[in-house]
Amino acid sequence: MKPYRSMVLVSSDTKSLESGAQDVFRNLQEQTRALGIADEISLSMVGDVGRHDAVPLVIVYPEAVIYGPVKPGDVQRIVEEHLYKGRVVPELQASSRELSGRIAWLSARKGTLPAENRIVLERAGIIDPTNIEDYLLHNGYEALGKVLSEMTPAQVIDEVKASGLRGRGGAGFPTGMKWGFVAKAEGAKKYVVCNADESEPGTFKDRVVLEGDPHSIIEAMLIAAYAVGASEGYIYVRGEYVLAQERLRTAIHQAEEMGFLGDNIFGSGFSFHLHVHSGAGAYICGEETALIESIEGKRGEPRSRPPYPTTNGLWGMPTLVNNVETLANIPPILRKGAAWYKAIGTPSSPGTKVYTIMGHVNVTGLIEVPMGITLREVIAIYAKGMKPGRTFKLAQTGGSSGSIIPASLQDTPMDFDSFAKAGVALGSGALLICDEDTCVVDLAKVLVNFFRVESCGKCTPCRIGNQRAYTLLTNIANGVGKLEDLEELRTLNDSLTQLSNCGLGQTAGTPLRDVLNHFRAEVEAHIRLKVCPSGVCPMSGHKN
Amino acid sequence: MTMEADRHSRLLDAVQTAVEQFDSNPDELIPILNQVNRSFGYLPPEALEEVSKRLKMPQSRVHSVATFYQMLSTKPLGRHVIQFCESAPCHVVGGREVWQALQDELKISGGETTPDGKWSLITVSCLGVCGVGPVLIIDNEIFGNVTPQQIPDILARYN
Repeated sequence: MKPYRSMVLVSSDTKSLESGAQDVFRNLQEQTRALGIADEISLSMVGDVGRHDAVPLVIVYPEAVIYGPVKPGDVQRIVEEHLYKGRVVPELQASSRELSGRIAWLSARKGTLPAENRIVLERAGIIDPTNIEDYLLHNGYEALGKVLSEMTPAQVIDEVKASGLRGRGGAGFPTGMKWGFVAKAEGAKKYVVCNADESEPGTFKDRVVLEGDPHSIIEAMLIAAYAVGASEGYIYVRGEYVLAQERLRTAIHQAEEMGFLGDNIFGSGFSFHLHVHSGAGAYICGEETALIESIEGKRGEPRSRPPYPTTNGLWGMPTLVNNVETLANIPPILRKGAAWYKAIGTPSSPGTKVYTIMGHVNVTGLIEVPMGITLREVIAIYAKGMKPGRTFKLAQTGGSSGSIIPASLQDTPMDFDSFAKAGVALGSGALLICDEDTCVVDLAKVLVNFFRVESCGKCTPCRIGNQRAYTLLTNIANGVGKLEDLEELRTLNDSLTQLSNCGLGQTAGTPLRDVLNHFRAEVEAHIRLKVCPSGVCPMSGHKN
Repeated sequence: MTMEADRHSRLLDAVQTAVEQFDSNPDELIPILNQVNRSFGYLPPEALEEVSKRLKMPQSRVHSVATFYQMLSTKPLGRHVIQFCESAPCHVVGGREVWQALQDELKISGGETTPDGKWSLITVSCLGVCGVGPVLIIDNEIFGNVTPQQIPDILARYN
């Protein structure tokens, strides 16, 4: 298929339709045809894009320019100037300063070409997420059909194992192996849970999948449930993701009506029921045992492990917990085969990874690239370089539990094993790219503050350790730190890593370790010289 | 007196509606509290007591959940609640300065409510719209790419 040069979406919610969206769409068709560019441009009506103040909206990718409200008479200029000559028409753009956050999922396409080979984000931003038929037209539920009619549960698990897929929640555990554990576990009932409590700072990839392609998660959970023998499932969505919850509920309802969810699905004898469960604002609930506690209606405090959820999970039953991005890989793997998947990425980390790019770069947003790309490549190619006149200093990966990567590691392939070898972590896929004006003490302070606030308080190393680390870093930032503090910070990192009960505490010390390993001189300048080299820290304790 | 009684009956109604919406299922405690919190603005002690009675659940358990989650509040808040993202991605692209501007403009610090009861200012962890940081939410509306200079204008839209 010839790749499209641009993709154009027209909003078609009720208000857009009342305001002439149909005419706008028709004019777009006519005008592109008149200029002979119709076959280079993909045009679609996409339902409710979640923004109603300036409808109808016309959204042009890859630039992610949003025009609105567009009158039928405006179409000619958009087509001639933007689509034909490549010049954005600023007068017709919708005011962008005030975002209705509901439009965030549309950033899925920003800065990338429609022809790019995507797996997880294949449909997000292209199809109408509120219309199951649009999903069906894009290979939707094809993998489920294949699984139910041609494969045994054991064959499904073998296929996932053979694909080499590893969990995308941060830890990188082999997905097929986890499925195997749950399949083998004994239990009166089994559950499949989708961890959609995406709260890692800087990470908004799952949101885009949930809001832009909700059926892909339902299909993946159905396949997982068939493979492990589960009959009920929960999607635990963070409380702040209201639109994602709405779209999932709509999608579940549609899937039930069409017979994809329910009892004896297509006469296969396999039954599966699915619920959406809203979080209420707690980062810790992304930890799988805390998440299970929260579904059960309790405080989200992690359980002691073992036993693991694979044998003793939700209401004590064997439970499979997978992250959104992991699940989104499942239908394509079963549709196209493990060999196809294995050929993408690196041998030990096959497939793609979705990254969110933020910070002092020219283009922020979302990309999906094969595992093993380097930071330098991401910055140069996808982020279109550092902002004018700025120099790359460090990148913070994977939100707060990720690593602080110094410039010296920017050519290390980004995959689970290469990063582990370099002593850093890939985390959840957030890439916060910082310039030379960023102070590592200030950054570490912010990161540690996050853990201080989000620690559930159940175990001592995490509850006290993060508070203490925050106090020490604040002292250093205020110019009243002591060199001995650095040793104490290292000890705190060790205690957090070795003694904490769950993943939150175990990774909370990472920023401390990275700062001490890679940026010690800069920290010491704060202490010895009472100077913040980047001019960020207040140094207030030292002024007089 | 009548205002007090009116408030109390509205509160009981809010609890009843929420509990019935979830079939009085104790496993649904979090969505129930969420619902009451939304309709009443916060969770006063009487509401927690009523939830515990209706779900036949110890008050300690209801209280432990109500105080755990950030979206549930056991304290009354201002008419408008500003949630400011204090996570690293917003912080390094100018969030620090925006936070200072907010405090200067409202003359309160994080976690406080203005004396006239109009504004509450709270810090939150990542809101998941990091591509357009610094980000803040007022009630349900998200503002992205915020600069300190915009703060007075943004606040002036609310009365």
